[in-house]
Amino acid sequence: MKPRTPKSQGLAYKRLPRRALVLGGLQAAFIGGLAARMRFMQVDQADEYRLLAEENRINIRLIPPTRGRIYDRNGQVIGQNSPSYRIVIVREDAGDIDKVIAKLSNLIPLTEDEIERAKSEMRRSAPFLPVTLADQVTWEDISKIAVNAPALPGVTPEVGQTRQYPRYEDFAHIVGYVGPVSDYDLSQITDPEPVLRIPRFQIGKVGLEAKQEINLRGKAGSKRVEVNATGRVMRELDRQEGQPGADLQLSVDADLQQYAQARLAGESAAAVVIDCETGDLRAMASAPSFDPNLFVRGISVADYQILTQDKYRPLANKTVQGTYPPGSTFKMVTALAALEAGVVGPGSTVYCPGHLKVGARRFHCWKRGGHGMVDLNTSLKRSCDVYYYDVAIKVGIDKISEMARTLGLGVKHDIPMSAVRAGLAPNQEWKQRTHGEEWLIGDTANASIGQGFMLASPMQLAVMTARIATGRAVSPRLVRSVDGIEQPTGAGEPLGISRTNLEYIREAMWSVSNDRRGTAYRSRIIADDFRMAGKTGTSQVRNITKAERAAGVIRNEDLPWERRDHALFVSFAPYDNPKYAVAVVVEHGGGGSRAAAPVARDIMLQALYNGTPPLEAYPTADRERIKEQQKQLEGDRRPKARPDEKDRA
Amino acid sequence: MSYLEYAVKSTPSGFRKVLYMNWPLTLLLVSVASAGFLMLFSVAGGSWTPWAEPQMERFGLGLVVMFIIAMAPIWFWRNMSVLAYLGSIGLLIVVELFGTIGMGAQRWIDLGFMRLQPSEVMKVALVMVLAAYYDWLPAHKTSRPIWVIIPVLLILIPTFMVLRQPDLGTSILLLAAGGGLMFLAGVHWAYFAAVIAAGVGLVATVFNSRGTEWQLLKDYQFRRIDTFLDPSTDPLGAGYHITQSKIALGSGGWNGRGFMEGTQSRLNFLPEKHTDFIFTTLAEEFGFVGGITLLILYAMILIFCMVTALATKDRFSSLVTLGIALNFFLFFAVNMSMVMGLAPVVGVPLPMVSYGGSAMLVLMAAFGIVQSAHIHRPR
Repeated sequence: MKPRTPKSQGLAYKRLPRRALVLGGLQAAFIGGLAARMRFMQVDQADEYRLLAEENRINIRLIPPTRGRIYDRNGQVIGQNSPSYRIVIVREDAGDIDKVIAKLSNLIPLTEDEIERAKSEMRRSAPFLPVTLADQVTWEDISKIAVNAPALPGVTPEVGQTRQYPRYEDFAHIVGYVGPVSDYDLSQITDPEPVLRIPRFQIGKVGLEAKQEINLRGKAGSKRVEVNATGRVMRELDRQEGQPGADLQLSVDADLQQYAQARLAGESAAAVVIDCETGDLRAMASAPSFDPNLFVRGISVADYQILTQDKYRPLANKTVQGTYPPGSTFKMVTALAALEAGVVGPGSTVYCPGHLKVGARRFHCWKRGGHGMVDLNTSLKRSCDVYYYDVAIKVGIDKISEMARTLGLGVKHDIPMSAVRAGLAPNQEWKQRTHGEEWLIGDTANASIGQGFMLASPMQLAVMTARIATGRAVSPRLVRSVDGIEQPTGAGEPLGISRTNLEYIREAMWSVSNDRRGTAYRSRIIADDFRMAGKTGTSQVRNITKAERAAGVIRNEDLPWERRDHALFVSFAPYDNPKYAVAVVVEHGGGGSRAAAPVARDIMLQALYNGTPPLEAYPTADRERIKEQQKQLEGDRRPKARPDEKDRA
Repeated sequence: MSYLEYAVKSTPSGFRKVLYMNWPLTLLLVSVASAGFLMLFSVAGGSWTPWAEPQMERFGLGLVVMFIIAMAPIWFWRNMSVLAYLGSIGLLIVVELFGTIGMGAQRWIDLGFMRLQPSEVMKVALVMVLAAYYDWLPAHKTSRPIWVIIPVLLILIPTFMVLRQPDLGTSILLLAAGGGLMFLAGVHWAYFAAVIAAGVGLVATVFNSRGTEWQLLKDYQFRRIDTFLDPSTDPLGAGYHITQSKIALGSGGWNGRGFMEGTQSRLNFLPEKHTDFIFTTLAEEFGFVGGITLLILYAMILIFCMVTALATKDRFSSLVTLGIALNFFLFFAVNMSMVMGLAPVVGVPLPMVSYGGSAMLVLMAAFGIVQSAHIHRPR
């Protein structure tokens, strides 16, 4: 380095302004750069950023639609939305959460589970977001909280809507119930509507609620809200109202349904009342039943176990889901098939010695001694089995099966209920296909009296009876109108069965319950305008061995319940101008004439008189007993206490 | 008006000093601070509390401090430089031992009425000690290695102490301000070339240290650099600040959304909207026009400082004024770069505008020295 002179010191001083200008220039350039950047962002790209800012602050919230209500045919409420109260807590406002919750649990019952769940939810969500502490709280508890509000900071009651079924057990099987959307539900739907993701949104789980979900749900509305960075709603910008779900009107008569349900009480049974003219299902009772409101609220494990462990299967909807061998109620089908095929006439007779040898096997008539000479009318009236073995073998299974389908057996009827079963009307091809075996002549004999492979649901039996009564392809209708729009009736086209043949069958059915020797004579209707025609059925659920037959068939009363015969009865009335067809199945009820026919008769009268029938409609000998029964049922049908008012107390 | 007094031979004394102050500079400071009050009023949702009012009180206090400092002769401040520097080092040690943890770093000492950030004080003290050093040093020794090492140490000691807090932003500012002052003092440019080369090497080392035991930066600082380089990778996490800040700034448009109408700041999408990101709110509500106005005000403050510095024949006065101006420039340049997405989020407030006690007080004290240099310049 070269030595510096004092002059160079002066030079260093001179260097200062120069360096200052260099640095100042750099600063100026940087400021210019900042200005250019600002211009680029705020002028050139302003629109882009403006859009991003809008996206930031505007949030679209869904407004859950009000679910459509369900009414019976007379406008009585079956499914409605009632306000449900829940208790929410806001962490931000509550301060000491534990203290507040402790105070709250002194006032109203809170389970450990509820508290734990709420606390863990609070840990996860923003402090200003309300967290549900207790759901489905009673009005009493809400008022307790309202009174003590000053001591409970951050605790507020919220009102929402929940499904409520004011008819309790009566419509559990028809209407089903709703419940909150589960992950499983979402996985079942390919493109779930956003509304399903609203917490606690209720959708139909079972029955009509599930099958008519689309109609009942409605369309969600939406509101645009301005939110801040943490998601708190600052204000509502605009809203678009949704469309409430459509109201449904059922074809069912709630009073008749209630009567039928009460009449079946104590049995494991099903009864279906169908309108012969329109196919309207007037009642579909399945006993025992359950309270659907329990499921809406979320049923407890204990309650659910009671329902699933009951051998009478209260959760099963026996009207459409239960399929039974139709037994002797099937004989009309066999007879019609034979008449239509022309293999028998109304006058042709068969001798019944009490059994018929078919191939190597002996097929027995229910009456050990036999019926002697029987013609068509007698065979139905007295339910002779041998007659049907004989004509069935003559006409063949395929024709019988075809007739069964014509009359609505073995085909699935399209009604919006869960687990509607098709039953079974087998033919040769069916056995070959499913069992890989040849159809045997013995199978035909079994099928001819509604045993063997033959299976039908109570609803199908009602449809069959209505079709025989009218000669038209009556099909069941459960929903009468959707949102006030009348749905097509199930009146149906003529079946194409000869009127005279149908008349023979109807006459024979008249004899069943009006001829002194008919199997259902004891359960007749004596009101002249409302004469009933019917057919009893007793279907075996066990094989009677040779040894047992030799020793004498064990009486039903001596068998354990689950091995007793099913009791069936189908009927229509009035005979001259059929209005209703009724089918009753009492599981393991014993004989059809004893266990099912009186029930069907009572329900039929209730329907015909549109209320409690006069005693004059009953046979004189029965009137005292019926009077007692009516009184007792009247007592059973008084309005029940609301269960949700009982608990939590 | 002081320009009218150029002819005055002697230094003014007594209350006459007030007339000789750099009044345009004072006026500029008041306008910038007023813009700050307005924005603090706005981000509080149209309320003087909790920010605007204390800020005004502090600015008032700051003005008093500035006047008092301006009254003392500049040579007094030159003599105080070493003391100020040592005092600041002492404060940095105190904050290291007893400091209050805030924002994950030890940065301030709670004095009760205000929170003192020693690193802020150090910014001015460093400039003062370097200016005094070069005023004392014969000019021909300026570029000799031994005389270069001393100011380098003077810079590096506080820089590392601040980095340990850890306050990356302030330590970079200290380094840049110190380096700038050495440049102004006339140190040979080759040193700067060498330092820049070494700096590049250091950056590489820092990045290489990531994930090792001797990691030089905290994880969050690395993440901030990451998200600065690519904010879109984590729009709701670490990149959130930059993304939201850019959205707010850009959405302001030409003339802004209007006073108190900025949705981004109103709805809390902006982080630290009253401190580091206050410029974003200003740009959102007053748009490009508002932003450029503030930038021009800042530039004018720099220009007036430059004029003061070049007009005086006193080497300490020149250097300290330019150094303080450089500090001021670095403050707003880094802050604005940060909110515009040009620099990582390092936590540097916007001078005179951001809410914050000690930064403003220290700045006002620094401008007091500038004023003193102006008043007591040799004529």
